[in-house]
Amino acid sequence: MRKRLAPTRRRFLGLAGSAATISVIPIVSLRPAEATPETMAAAIRTVVGGAAVQTGKVKLDIPPLVENGNTVPMIVSVTSPMTPTDYVKSIHVFNEKNPQPNIGNFYLGPQAGRAQIATRIRLADSQKIIAIARLSDGSLWSASVDVVVTLAACTEEVM
Amino acid sequence: MASALINVPKKAKRGEIIEIKSLMSHIMETGFRHTASGQLVPRDIITSFTCRFNGAEIFRADLFPAIAANPFITFFTIASESGKFDFEWIGDNGFSEKASASISIE
Repeated sequence: MRKRLAPTRRRFLGLAGSAATISVIPIVSLRPAEATPETMAAAIRTVVGGAAVQTGKVKLDIPPLVENGNTVPMIVSVTSPMTPTDYVKSIHVFNEKNPQPNIGNFYLGPQAGRAQIATRIRLADSQKIIAIARLSDGSLWSASVDVVVTLAACTEEVM
Repeated sequence: MASALINVPKKAKRGEIIEIKSLMSHIMETGFRHTASGQLVPRDIITSFTCRFNGAEIFRADLFPAIAANPFITFFTIASESGKFDFEWIGDNGFSEKASASISIE
């Protein structure tokens, strides 16, 4: 028994050692599935089509330094008179590095009176958030904010 | 299980812009988390929130996993007449909840 066990153990350790050195490189290059700036751009394209998005009119209120990415307060407001002829139709919010590029779509109308919405979002990483507003005349306006997140959402294990 | 919290002013002046706050208790499971054994936890989120005033839609939102648990959404509307706000949340696994609130115009 001993004669058979000893070489097996040695061989096993040897194999384990070489496997460990080989696997170092693949582990480093493994990246979790996440939205990239490209997938965010694609998600934005599905909403705006080919139309040009101008910067301005939109105000995106998120704390620049977030301690807990699981619940981040966000306020989006748009400068608009909100009359039946000139109002905000919808507000779309996107992110760069969550597993999915969309955060939310919000549809308003002239009866809103004030073009402002608030909610709480999740952020998986320090990243850029973009809010795009579609006005009743079809024009698109955007604002972006860079947020630093110290404790990320989505990555923790479920007990 | 699910419970909604709605904040609508009971009274308002005609033409006043009022804020409506809504909170629905829901886990909003992203579908991107794993258990300790490596199993993917299936997605379970609210996908749609709608607010109607006297039957007409005044606000709607598409929600994604990036919305935090217990979705809290606030928005504004002009108080034009007395009536009833109806709120509706629809989500994965047949989740459907309703709530309502009344307002009287002075």
